[in-house]
Amino acid sequence: MGKRVAVVGFGQTIGRSSRKDVNGVEIINEAVVAALADAELTIDDIDAIVIGNMDHFEGINYVDSWSVEGSGGVMKPIFKVTTGGTTGSSVAMCAYYHAASGMFDRVLAIGWEKNSESDTTGAIITAFDPFWERPNIGGAIAGLAVEASKYMSNYGVTERDGARVAVRERLHALNNPYAHLHQEWMKGMEVDQLVELLVTSEQNQVLAYPLRMSDMCPRTDGAAAVVFASEDVAEKIAPIPAWVVATANRHDYVYLGDLNWDVNETLRDASRKVFEKAGIKEPLKEIDVCELYMPYSYAGLKWMENIGFCGPGEGPKLLWDGTTDMDGELPVNPSGGVMSYNAIGATALIRVGEAAIQVMRKAGTRQVQKDVNYALSTGFGGCSWADVMLLGKNKPA
Amino acid sequence: MTNQEEKKQELLTVTSGEMYQPYNWSAGSRGSRFLTELKENKRLFGIKCPKCGRVYVPPRKVCGRCYVAMDELVPVSDEGEIVVCAIIEFGFVDPATGVQRPVPYGYIFVRLDGADTTLPHFCNSADPEKVKVGARVKAVFEDERKGTLMDIRHFELI
Amino acid sequence: MEKVGIVGVGQTKYERKKEDTFAELVFEACTGALADAGVGIEDIDNVVTVSNDFWDGRTISSMAVMDAAGSWDKDISTVEGDGVFGAMYGMMRALSGSFDTTLVVAHVKGSEGNMNLITNAMFDPIFQRQLGIDATSSAALQARSYMEKTGATEEDFARVSVKNHGNGVNNPFAQIQKKISVDDVMKSRKISEPLKLFDCSPITDGAAAIVISNEKGMKRFKKDPVWILGAAHISDSYTLGYRDLTSSPALEAAVKKAYGMAGITDPLKELDVVELADVYSYMELLWYEGLGLAPKGKGADLIRSGATAMDGDLPVNPSGGLLCAHPVLVAGLARIIEATLQIRGEAGDRQVKGANKALAHGINGPCGQAHGVFVLGS
Repeated sequence: MGKRVAVVGFGQTIGRSSRKDVNGVEIINEAVVAALADAELTIDDIDAIVIGNMDHFEGINYVDSWSVEGSGGVMKPIFKVTTGGTTGSSVAMCAYYHAASGMFDRVLAIGWEKNSESDTTGAIITAFDPFWERPNIGGAIAGLAVEASKYMSNYGVTERDGARVAVRERLHALNNPYAHLHQEWMKGMEVDQLVELLVTSEQNQVLAYPLRMSDMCPRTDGAAAVVFASEDVAEKIAPIPAWVVATANRHDYVYLGDLNWDVNETLRDASRKVFEKAGIKEPLKEIDVCELYMPYSYAGLKWMENIGFCGPGEGPKLLWDGTTDMDGELPVNPSGGVMSYNAIGATALIRVGEAAIQVMRKAGTRQVQKDVNYALSTGFGGCSWADVMLLGKNKPA
Repeated sequence: MTNQEEKKQELLTVTSGEMYQPYNWSAGSRGSRFLTELKENKRLFGIKCPKCGRVYVPPRKVCGRCYVAMDELVPVSDEGEIVVCAIIEFGFVDPATGVQRPVPYGYIFVRLDGADTTLPHFCNSADPEKVKVGARVKAVFEDERKGTLMDIRHFELI
Repeated sequence: MEKVGIVGVGQTKYERKKEDTFAELVFEACTGALADAGVGIEDIDNVVTVSNDFWDGRTISSMAVMDAAGSWDKDISTVEGDGVFGAMYGMMRALSGSFDTTLVVAHVKGSEGNMNLITNAMFDPIFQRQLGIDATSSAALQARSYMEKTGATEEDFARVSVKNHGNGVNNPFAQIQKKISVDDVMKSRKISEPLKLFDCSPITDGAAAIVISNEKGMKRFKKDPVWILGAAHISDSYTLGYRDLTSSPALEAAVKKAYGMAGITDPLKELDVVELADVYSYMELLWYEGLGLAPKGKGADLIRSGATAMDGDLPVNPSGGLLCAHPVLVAGLARIIEATLQIRGEAGDRQVKGANKALAHGINGPCGQAHGVFVLGS
């Protein structure tokens, strides 16, 4: 029961602060055209489509209907999946289930956002309960700042640790032609120098201590599309399909106030489930590359622990040892991550696509050199929700 | 169009103008009790799960972990401890008022004595030396209350 | 398609305004479906919720209902669109090899927002929205085109309304339980020419849930399932000016697939009951044609013949349909529930005798752009 499914194609638009040259339908189309070209398929080959974004960022209701002429969904099965920040990964999982069900062979997953078209913080605030949370919340930044404050208080983590993560993301992004933020001036500088610069610069505004501008992700206009194919056709389409080995998610919480601020429980639980399904006992050893959905720098420390790559409080060690750099044992975010490109509806889908091209060995200048057997991608959003998808080179048993 | 004309072509945007979407959300019976007690008596309540015993503030009907309905309202203190906090320094437009929120302000999650969950709210201080994890705070009520969470003006450090 | 069926259903009473929160409505529908299935939440392997950010006034509308939908320690996702698409997704997940049972739940509170503004927001902001067009005014355009093309009259639309309102009297869940006449419809307040008050569905609050299981999961349930014999969804083009509003090629394509899966060649003969999306009275005639129950342009003949009345060959909307209760998004899921109850013989006063095969239908987007259909059987 159930088919094995692989990613066979990936396309994305170059991240920009504002794409005035295209409307939403057109930006979706760009990503679709790119993904189909990558898979060497035409839209006629696609059996079903899933699309996602966050409504209030563009103020359009029933986006799946509105964009059908750009997504290729005219006279095809199509519907919308949306779960906030995890939208892109929920869309990927939905496309996977379409193909796994045996009902559709080639499924297109699309995620997009034109963040320039609205007030991001204002829209994010409306995610939270109108009675208990909206009156005082300060958007996503506030929610992340409080998590960071507890993490620092628990383990003595410092601003330099956060900045070191940011530096890694920025340097990785320099290899990614699609990244929104390309800090060219960082090229050739020493890591320690850059960390010092970020924590001492007065221009690096503190948004909510310990978060500075450099610790946060940008707002991007962008779109991405991933082609999933069932085992009946995947190997005919891609020379190295990126097989979906296991996927799980947890969206346990409704109120921010209910969260366990010490541990990202949903990420821990979803990861545990994926590792259990895949038979992975030592994540740090067995996983070759990770595209971690990291909306802010400290997540790159704490959430690595919660996934199980290292123990509590050991995130900084993993980082400073160089384990998560491109030539390390577990490169994290070769793409530059969410901190380099954040078109919310697309962002979590891009993690899947970026992990896939690592397995498929199509990542060009950001390809991890070592053998990639397993690539892990995660999604984050809403009330600390987590989506996890493990891709692999070998067809699952 | 010639290449020259294409280059000159302005990229336009269409604004939503004053578009707004009005809503009237129901607080539900438990939320309404909480807000009524807050407004009339300056008393705070949580709701207790009959299965696991967790006390949730603010009250809601379903205990997510046990998947049972909760009915037992229990009083909780108006004092508690800061579990997480941040000083917000960036200005943004509050969608509820349409006005820029004045910054900096202290944003805290308080575990009121007797509750198992935390309640997000403002702190009366924006001093990072004082607004810390573990600090004790107490609710300060508005003199004129309307039956919203903001009937608590903020929490003050004690 | 492998064997998969519906093993539990639950719905709240549909009302103009309910005091419960979204979470409370979802909990009511879910616990109802679980009780009907005779299981607890621990027997549910994963969940699909259905909601819409504009209707709820919340970005990430699903967040409000995670606890109430049983998300704790389970895989869960959210479809934003009619419940019939949520059911499609829930079914796929039960066939994927990862889960045996899926709980699908939809909610809406039409009373809390402004329906005109909310549906106006589905129109393109660059070229259409400033016209103030919304679900009802665009439906009026479609109704008018249909009348011009086929010769259907306002009285024909009224006949649909009379039939469905009459049926709704027998449905304890329906919001509107009121017998009316063609005259009542014709005299009712004009909303958007040619649509009058009784041609339009009401504004409704409510929630509904179903439990889907694959064959392996069936051993957890005592009742016989209602099998999903065929299911499909297709979307037409978007821009109203690009589509032929007088026909529904998307619906035709969807049923072609679903009937094919179910082995149906003559739907009028082989189906025992149909629950379709009559958001507006004229839509029922359009969907008759799309479903293959009437030839192109001849939907009006079918309503006039009485074949779709309770005592006809193929009763359509014994529940009273959306004209008697229109919880947006929940709509398609409620049609699936009604069809399920019919096949089980549990439809009480609205029961169609000997119903063994039923069709449930839902739509999404302006003027019924996208369609989803389920063919169910015993």
